[in-house]
Amino acid sequence: MIRTIDIEKSFGENHVLKGITTEFYSGKPNLIIGSSGAGKTVLLKLLIGLFTPNSGQVLYDDVNIFELDKKELRQIRMKIGMLFQGNALFDSMTVGENIRFPMDMFTRRSMKEKQMRVDECLEMVNMEGINNRYPSEVSGGMQKRVGIARAMVLEPKYLFCDEPNSGLDPQTSILIDELICDLTTRNDITTVINTHDMNSVMGIGDNILLMKNGHVAWRGDKSQVLESDNEVLEDFIFASPFLQRLREDALKLRHGGQ
Amino acid sequence: MLIDTFLYKFGQYVLLLKTAVAKPERFSMYYKETIRQMDAIGVGSVFIVILISMFIGMVTAVQFADQLGDSFVPTYYIGYIVRDITIIEMAPTITCLVLAGKVGSNLAAEIGGMRQKEHIDAMEIMGVNTAAYLIMPKLIAAVIVIPLLVAISAFVSIIGGYVATVLPGTLSHTEYVLGLRSYFVPRYVFMMFVKASVFAFLLTSVSCYLGYYVKGGSIELGEASTNAVVVSNVLILLFDFIIALLLT
Repeated sequence: MIRTIDIEKSFGENHVLKGITTEFYSGKPNLIIGSSGAGKTVLLKLLIGLFTPNSGQVLYDDVNIFELDKKELRQIRMKIGMLFQGNALFDSMTVGENIRFPMDMFTRRSMKEKQMRVDECLEMVNMEGINNRYPSEVSGGMQKRVGIARAMVLEPKYLFCDEPNSGLDPQTSILIDELICDLTTRNDITTVINTHDMNSVMGIGDNILLMKNGHVAWRGDKSQVLESDNEVLEDFIFASPFLQRLREDALKLRHGGQ
Repeated sequence: MLIDTFLYKFGQYVLLLKTAVAKPERFSMYYKETIRQMDAIGVGSVFIVILISMFIGMVTAVQFADQLGDSFVPTYYIGYIVRDITIIEMAPTITCLVLAGKVGSNLAAEIGGMRQKEHIDAMEIMGVNTAAYLIMPKLIAAVIVIPLLVAISAFVSIIGGYVATVLPGTLSHTEYVLGLRSYFVPRYVFMMFVKASVFAFLLTSVSCYLGYYVKGGSIELGEASTNAVVVSNVLILLFDFIIALLLT
């Protein structure tokens, strides 16, 4: 589990995060949602230690990562997998080499063992047999899967996904969501997903954190979204007239068509 | 304000180098990367170095021969002058100025591109010391390979001088070789390698630094690449003067 306690973060005069206290649970997808500029990416980068807060704590199983020295922080980071918005796959390496990179760097496994683990990870994301292709030779959806395979290769305890559905068609988005959700529950990982995608919110939102102007505006799960009377949530999720009508219909159905 | 910025950037550069000099997470990965960089910096630059050095030698010899004209200075001095100018100044300085353009801009663009595509963040999150992994192999490769390129440059320049003066008959083979063998000071070769090593370190570290801290988009990446060349060139010339003062 990851907890944040009273996180404050400013960039010069710009006060981006204002006292964020929240929890991200293991074994279920935790979603951070909110409009652009709400502070989602800054929060995510703080969670993984790429930014340092002005005040407050980020606790990984009760260990405050900002009190660790560089070596201890690297130890924690080796338990972290991250899927980037742009995938961040190394262009000069093949898919297999990309996935193998963390093992090459941090393990003493033999080449055969590493190759087996690469195959295992590719199988996990349904991408068998593309080891020798370069990232530029596969589609955006396939690159996301390769990114997930690389994030999972060292069997992380924590998985962070920054906009995993961006640039993908709705069907592929759902497949990626299902894959992340499945890996999270199967391996009991603490997964934090930063997303704009409403399909993800309603599909895998077991713990949703809605942010607005650096504050937590709402917390709940997907089953509470329809019934919530939180205005910020309504404005954000049901932004279009079509979605508003859909919500009304869904509520009618839920309450017996009245 | 200008001094503040300079001090801030200089401090940032020193701290980056301090972080870059660290124990590798996995020696074999750093070794592989160093070999790859030696190939990219060294083998990739041999042709341009040979081409430029040949012309430098030829031009130096032809112009010096013209200046001697009908003076009483013996013609074999052409070989002597080409050798010393090449070893002391032309080979290390011109080669490194050219490499600052070719290698420096390439390093800044490569690392800057990795920063922009979040490759550096990805490695950081994996627990990699990115400053060490991305910079140390390039520094080691450059400090080993660039002095070798400079030695090749000196050799080719001297051949260039021979081609431009002996083949057209300006002076004989014996005179040119006599010039090459006259008044040889071994310390100058040492100076050439000192210059080459210092310039290699400067152009690589400055270019890596400018790439590592690049922000923004393609315009900033272009600026970083250009700045890598400009700053490296200025530093090479500055340190050329300092080394000349210290070693002569």
